[in-house]
Amino acid sequence: MAKVIVVTSGKGGVGKTTSTAALGAALAQRNEKTVVVDFDVGLRNLDLVMGAERRVVYDLVNVIQGDAKLPQALIRDKRLETLFLLPASQTRDKDSLTPEGVEKVMGELKKHFDWIICDSPAGIERGATLAMRHADIAVIVTNPEVSSVRDSDRIIGLLDAKTERAERGERVEKHLLLTRYDQVRAERGDMLKVDDVLEILSIPLVGIVPESTDVLKASNLGAPVTLADSRSAPALAYLDAARRIAGETVPMTIPGEKRGFLGKLFGRRAA
Amino acid sequence: MTKVLTDTRSIRIKGRSFLALVLSPEPPLDAWLTRLDDLASRSAGFFLGRPVVLDVADLEIDRAELKKLIDELGKRNVRIMGIEGGRPSLFEPGMPPAMKGGRPAPDIEIPAEASVESPGAAPAAATAPSLQVEPPAPRAISSIVIREPVRSGQSVIFPEGDVTVVGSVASGAEIIAGGSVHVYGTLRGRALAGSVGNASARIFCRRLEAELLAIDGVYKTAEDMAPNLRGQAVQLWLEGDSIMAERLN
Ligand SMILES: Nc1ncnc2c1ncn2[C@@H]1O[C@H](COP(=O)(O)OP(=O)(O)OP(=O)(O)O)[C@@H](O)[C@H]1O
Ligand SMILES: [Mg+2]
Repeated sequence: MAKVIVVTSGKGGVGKTTSTAALGAALAQRNEKTVVVDFDVGLRNLDLVMGAERRVVYDLVNVIQGDAKLPQALIRDKRLETLFLLPASQTRDKDSLTPEGVEKVMGELKKHFDWIICDSPAGIERGATLAMRHADIAVIVTNPEVSSVRDSDRIIGLLDAKTERAERGERVEKHLLLTRYDQVRAERGDMLKVDDVLEILSIPLVGIVPESTDVLKASNLGAPVTLADSRSAPALAYLDAARRIAGETVPMTIPGEKRGFLGKLFGRRAA
Repeated sequence: MTKVLTDTRSIRIKGRSFLALVLSPEPPLDAWLTRLDDLASRSAGFFLGRPVVLDVADLEIDRAELKKLIDELGKRNVRIMGIEGGRPSLFEPGMPPAMKGGRPAPDIEIPAEASVESPGAAPAAATAPSLQVEPPAPRAISSIVIREPVRSGQSVIFPEGDVTVVGSVASGAEIIAGGSVHVYGTLRGRALAGSVGNASARIFCRRLEAELLAIDGVYKTAEDMAPNLRGQAVQLWLEGDSIMAERLN
């Protein structure tokens, strides 16, 4: 059964696109057919992070408007044959996305893929609500600082109200992905602690990705960080997170600390 | 001229009912407005941004007087969304629309405050404008329980009584209760108890980190709160015009 994941945050620049690409590649490496879908119409980015910007012919808006068929718009990754990209349009705006069009494309993707990962634009407007609309699972990308946490909280509220699942009286499965975590600044008290973020958001933690230059290096290479250097600290964090999303139990670690220390935090659940 | 439809999707029209406050002015209108001002001074911002319906069924009023009344209310930031019980001849274009078929909701009454009573004044209960929807019926104490966190951007509005949240109230979320507010978690957002005029309402929380607290219109922002209450289990209540607080346990 196809699973739809939305990678969302409310706040901009927290690492959604980076996470979409990294998780997409990690899930595809499990030999499960995966597509990453760029919902950031007008500010597309995912094609760059995936290194596919020069292969974009048709995009999501073309498919929605009937100018192209879905298979024409899908771009197969050069490194992983189970990984695909459905790019966004750079020249349109978010109003080109219609609820009916998105529904149709999602329905078609579900027939062909195991994982459909939607990279949400920032904000809480149309683009973001359409990206989350069909989600079974939400990965809420949060940086350990107050404004990001508050925006994530807002997004969680929308996931409980504006998604198809919510309207059916079901729940979207929610996972907190803490990114750009800086151990040194956390110890100095410049950043919110993992515990505090979990207490405020009260959803289960799926991973902690450290702040690392490896992320920038990978995006300059045009490769998801999990493919660029699979031994790097952010790649390891994303690989573990992907296994958890796929249902495996993997002990949680705070980057920079001894393994297993955070075991008690993982699996903590509320609401 | 004919317009070409480029988008042929049909427009969805849905019905929905909302809870509005109903104001029933009594003659003489000047005196009634004075009493309204008095109420507003005690519950600052009470009407702000709330839907208010003007009930003129029992009022002998002509169109000019009605317009003036709406203007006067507008000056007080009371925006009238509709007029109930008015004869068709009272209306003219530009006025709030006529409303029909309103169903009574539980009473919302603003009791007069002893503190504003001057010696020799008539019994306050008789002079305060009341936001009555119906002749008082035996009142069942009502309350709601919310079993999950209240997220940023969400508001829980329950003028009928108490609100209990089993979970936290996020920064940027708000609870507006006619009665008391109970939060079995961290209160980070706003809590407004006694919001329709109930000075005996209280706020209880397991951990106080609130942005704003109000009881019966008396406000306290995060900055005015004693630092030693932060992070504590606290209850708050009203004494006269001040919000009092003490640690629980
Ligand atoms: N773990 C990390 N360490 C260092 N830099 C990071 C990390 N994660 C993301 N970044 C950088 O942060 C910037 C924003 O990341 P990204 O584009 O993934 O965020 P976004 O949430 O998709 O942004 P937008 O809201 O604009 O779509 C990028 O320059 C990216 O390289
Ligand atoms: Mg992005």
